[in-house]
Amino acid sequence: MTEIQQIKFSEEQAQLLEIASNYCRDKSPIAEVRARIETEPGYDPAVYEEIAALGWLGIAVPEAFGGSGLGLGEVVTIAEPMGRHLLATPFQSTTVAAQALLAAGTDAQKAAWLPRLCEGTVATVALTEPDGDWHPADPGCRAERIGDGLALAGTKTFVGDAETAALIIASVALDGQPSLVLIEASSLPETALQREVAIDETRRSCRLNLDGLTVPADSLLDPARAETGMHHIQMVQCLLLAAEMCGGIAGVLDVTLEYLNTRKQFDRFIGSYQSLKHPMVDALTGLEASRSLLYHAATVFADDEAGETAVRMAKAQASDSFAFASDRAIQFHGGFGFTYDCDAQLYRRRALWCEYQQGDAAYHRRHLAELLL
Amino acid sequence: MTVTDKELEAFRREAAAWFEENRPPDPGFLLPESFMEVGSDDQFHFLRDWQNQVYEAGYLGMAWPTAYGGGGKPQALQDVATEEMTRLNVPFMMNTIGLNWAGPLILNMGTEEQKRTYIKRILNAEDIWCQGFSEPDHGSDLGSAQLRAVRDGEHFVLNGSKIWTSLGAHSKFMILLARTNPAANNKYAGLSYFLCPMDIPGVEVVPIRKLTGEYGFNQTFFTDACIHESCLMGKEGEGWQVAMKTLTFERGATGGQAGGHSRMKTDAADVLDLARRAKRDGKPAIEDPLVRDQMVQFLIEQKAIALNAERAGIAPLVVDRPASIPMSAKLVRSEFQRRLNKFALSLQGANAAYYMGDALAIDGGRWQRGYFNSFSATIGGGTSQIQKNIVGERVLGLPKS
Repeated sequence: MTEIQQIKFSEEQAQLLEIASNYCRDKSPIAEVRARIETEPGYDPAVYEEIAALGWLGIAVPEAFGGSGLGLGEVVTIAEPMGRHLLATPFQSTTVAAQALLAAGTDAQKAAWLPRLCEGTVATVALTEPDGDWHPADPGCRAERIGDGLALAGTKTFVGDAETAALIIASVALDGQPSLVLIEASSLPETALQREVAIDETRRSCRLNLDGLTVPADSLLDPARAETGMHHIQMVQCLLLAAEMCGGIAGVLDVTLEYLNTRKQFDRFIGSYQSLKHPMVDALTGLEASRSLLYHAATVFADDEAGETAVRMAKAQASDSFAFASDRAIQFHGGFGFTYDCDAQLYRRRALWCEYQQGDAAYHRRHLAELLL
Repeated sequence: MTVTDKELEAFRREAAAWFEENRPPDPGFLLPESFMEVGSDDQFHFLRDWQNQVYEAGYLGMAWPTAYGGGGKPQALQDVATEEMTRLNVPFMMNTIGLNWAGPLILNMGTEEQKRTYIKRILNAEDIWCQGFSEPDHGSDLGSAQLRAVRDGEHFVLNGSKIWTSLGAHSKFMILLARTNPAANNKYAGLSYFLCPMDIPGVEVVPIRKLTGEYGFNQTFFTDACIHESCLMGKEGEGWQVAMKTLTFERGATGGQAGGHSRMKTDAADVLDLARRAKRDGKPAIEDPLVRDQMVQFLIEQKAIALNAERAGIAPLVVDRPASIPMSAKLVRSEFQRRLNKFALSLQGANAAYYMGDALAIDGGRWQRGYFNSFSATIGGGTSQIQKNIVGERVLGLPKS
């Protein structure tokens, strides 16, 4: 057969997937997930240190900057089980920030920050703004050159893990051009960050008020690569969200199957009723489609055109499939499903978060239409 | 016998050129999509001639032994020829049951005489074959077959009927599963397998009209039909094992088929082409935002189906439920094809209400017929509803309904 391989999965990826699956299962039982929701900073710092020590923060960072020089295909194998077990850490935020630096950072910026991120320093990106528009190419936030610095203005939203991040990479308009700037958290006034009430309570995100803030001129990322960099960031975010969602579908399937196999109504296990059984099969086939598209996207990510198509397909399919599986999870738990105590809501909230960050299914299908039709 | 990549590529170009050059002209009537839908004599003769032409050109049965009419070449070459036929979407090889099920079975376990008698005539489409497994009262439950074969000296006398016999009206032979011993220890042990001639007294083929309005399936009645014991395949009482072996060829689990594609390709790209041609509000339908959204959704699903097949073979990516993709594949594919065909109708405006035979029916009514025919896969081989029970119970571990 001369057909091109659409999914490549290396021995290293297989090992990482197994290790990460076991790790997340151990570290993130559902009681722990609920306990973390109630405490700050929303994750276990010891776990994050272990994740750094395992080298997972540097997987897709070149060895020259303290990473292991693998790729996002390996990162996916870690993000997926994290999603399955609802393990919340700044892993995703920091990974995306590192990719942003690699895509558009200057040599000095990369040398200064990437080794620290690999070692466990938290970083994040700030692209979204109060109007909620997914398209990041035309930021409303502004930067203006004043003397040696850049005076910033405007508001960013959904800045993940901003309170624990040492570094925030924000998109702004400078001289009418979309640009990216580094903001060191140490330079932020106390009032700059305001905690948001996010639908997914396992996450921490903030609004970031840039008004009155000035950063040094060398905080600007390479202007020539800012626009492609912003596109790249969104693709990385979509890939990681798709991975997280695939894990989430598998997780919520487990929760629902457990209930359908133990709960009795009218003297029968409710999983024997076809009205519940058949939609569970739909959820399963949705999971399979999502995972196949995910690992294909992980395979071809670096190829610009095929990569974008594959990532958007993966994000679209996983968004729809996770929405379906978690929506039915609530319904199939009956009265219990309506309570906060039922774990179905944890996954439904996660699914909503993931679906509406970086574009829902219809949004990506519209962009795919431009690529494919 | 090995063949280098370079030789394969050269052969691929040669085969592609031959199929492009010799692709038969449009016959002026709609061709069937698979051997199950051959409903008219015109279709039959057209497809029989085409298969014969492909065989004579050397692109069919390439890896079968030369002693019986095959090409005696490496399997890799046949695979390439089959890929090119599929890719170029030339008419399919109609004698599917002979080429892919009965033929490899005969080569695998038949006598020398059977091989010399049957194999070449399968390849050149001289003898068309059909299958007599299903019975009216036992759809998918082959083990319960009731058609009786009573021994009478050197002969067996057949009574009963078989259903869904595609190509039955045009077939010279049938692979037949019959009950020779109703008193056997278990229902499987009472079965025997025959290569049964169709042109003998007491065999009557009655066409079944499908919801498409066409013919293609048949019910075959046996009334005191008498066949010689040399028609036995395997020993008397071993019919179940031979039938199971046949199924491994049918499902492609075992190699050795003659090659050639057995159905026409219809996929989302064909529907996309239709969407470019169809009109809506004075513009191509493909410019309608809702059509675009649905079209992309079908492309995503089609991609996922293809990727599923690849991922199913990557063990670390299916550790949770290794049976999930293979067991749900028929459900997913058949329902996809049904919805895709239905979507194709929705692109045609008022013309969606035409049917085959009307001059204004788009693509000769291919999509209307395709939608109806798509039910053969959502129903045949276990309905989608039964499939969901099976997947729910065996893959997800849910209690029986």
